Order: sequence, then C-alpha cells, then structure tokens
Amino acid sequence: MQRTYEIMFIVRPDLTEEDNDKIISSLETQANSAGASVKHVERMGKRRLAYAVRGFQDGLYVLLTVEGSGNAVHEIERRMRVTEQVIKFITVRMDEEQKRLDKMKKLRDAKRKTSSAPAPPAEAPAAAAEPSAPAPATSQ
Amino acid sequence: MADENVQKPAGAPEGQSSGGGQSSGGGQGSSGGHGGGHSGGYGGGRPGGGRPPRQGGPGGPGGRKFFRRKKVCKFCVEKIDAIPYRDVRLLQQFVAESGKIVPRRLTGVCTPHQRRLSRAIKVARNIALLPFSNR
Repeated sequence: MQRTYEIMFIVRPDLTEEDNDKIISSLETQANSAGASVKHVERMGKRRLAYAVRGFQDGLYVLLTVEGSGNAVHEIERRMRVTEQVIKFITVRMDEEQKRLDKMKKLRDAKRKTSSAPAPPAEAPAAAAEPSAPAPATSQ
Repeated sequence: MADENVQKPAGAPEGQSSGGGQSSGGGQGSSGGHGGGHSGGYGGGRPGGGRPPRQGGPGGPGGRKFFRRKKVCKFCVEKIDAIPYRDVRLLQQFVAESGKIVPRRLTGVCTPHQRRLSRAIKVARNIALLPFSNR
C-alpha cells in the first residue's frame, strides 16, 4: 500500500551547497532501494531556528515528499539518524489528510455546480418571456 | 447636613437624585449616602446596590458583564481546510508572545479547526519552526 509522507529535515548550516546535494541524493538512493519513490524535493533554504539544536542557531531546511510503505520510511529515518549532518527531522503522514482534502474539495465543487445549475435554465425562460412581452405591447 | 445632600448631587441626573435629595429621612439613616449620590438613591446606601442593571448578555451567567462581539472562526470564513505546519506566519497568529497556544475562546476558532491548528503547532515546534517557550 503506497502511503504519502512528508519528511522535513534540517541540515547543518555550515555545509556547502554540494554537500547538501550529496546528502539529499544519498537519501534518495536509499529510498529507492527500500522501495519508496521520492516525489518532490524542496529546499527551503537557510532559516533561523526557534531554539538551538545541537548548538546551531540556523539550519538548512529540506522537504521531501516520499511515497512508499512504512518500512521504507523507517529505513530513511534510520539513515537520517545516523547521518551526522542532519540535526533534526520529522515525518508526517499525508495520505489520509490528502484524502480528506480531496473529499472536501469534491463536496465544494458539487455544491458549486448545483448552485449554478438553476441559473441557466432560469435565464432561458426569462429571455423567452422578454421578447414575447414587448411584442404584444408594440402591437397594441 | 440636609443642605449638603441637596447641593451635592448637582452633577447627577436630576430625575434620580430628586428622590434622594428630598427624602431627608432616608439620608439621615443611611451611612453611605454620600457615595451613592449618582445612583437611584432610595435603595439604602449600599454601594453594591448602586450599579445599573446588567446589560444584555446572551452569554448567560458567566461572570462577564458584557458580551464581546461574536468572533467567527477565521478558517471557516476563508474556507481553509488544511492547516499546514510549514506556514509559520499563519500559525504565529494563534501563538502568544510566550509561545503558548492561545485558547479557542480568545481567538474564536471553531473546535475542529482548533484541534488541527494545535496539532500543526506541535509539529512546527518539533521541527524548530516555532519555539516551545519564549522566556
């Protein structure tokens, strides 16, 4: 069963860009070998942390959207825990939330459709009534 | 003493003080009559009885004298379904200066949204986007 997860992690701020890329690509290959697929990588850049983590006040934030089984994500997390450069990570499961959002969206769209449906038929008889009304008036 | 009672409530509305000023019999007996000059004077001199009757309050017995204007849930109004933990600016509106989550009765958020909001704030705290406490 394919579940969608969002893994956000923080990398040490004193890393270079290519080091950062190396870490991300190694995590990606690890994910692929475990049977998960990385859908999207978002580098959120350097941000100031709300509290000091391992002595650092800033950090490079990275967001991975992964689709896979729970075991695969477990493997990714284990890797991250071992990697010294990753100072914090959190995994959030997104598929249930996505399902709920899709349902809400569908409900909203259905509501919008039913509210707009009476309008066109209402306009048609109104348009038909209008030309007929002035016609007898002018004839009289 | 009777003169004092008559001259004092000059600033007070005439209708109310007329009863108090003229009934010198009541003025003599009451000890706190001076303080109650602005209220309906014939209620005995207790300062407690001098307050105007409780204004509206559909809130019922809650200890509040007046009802704040009805607060609406920001998320319901703007039809926001998902509250992302990444949106720090949005979450910060519901977090106090000290870093604590603001209760629902102050922000006016509805219950399901407050639950989602607090969950998002807790996730954000864990990933160092929001502080746990600010001094």
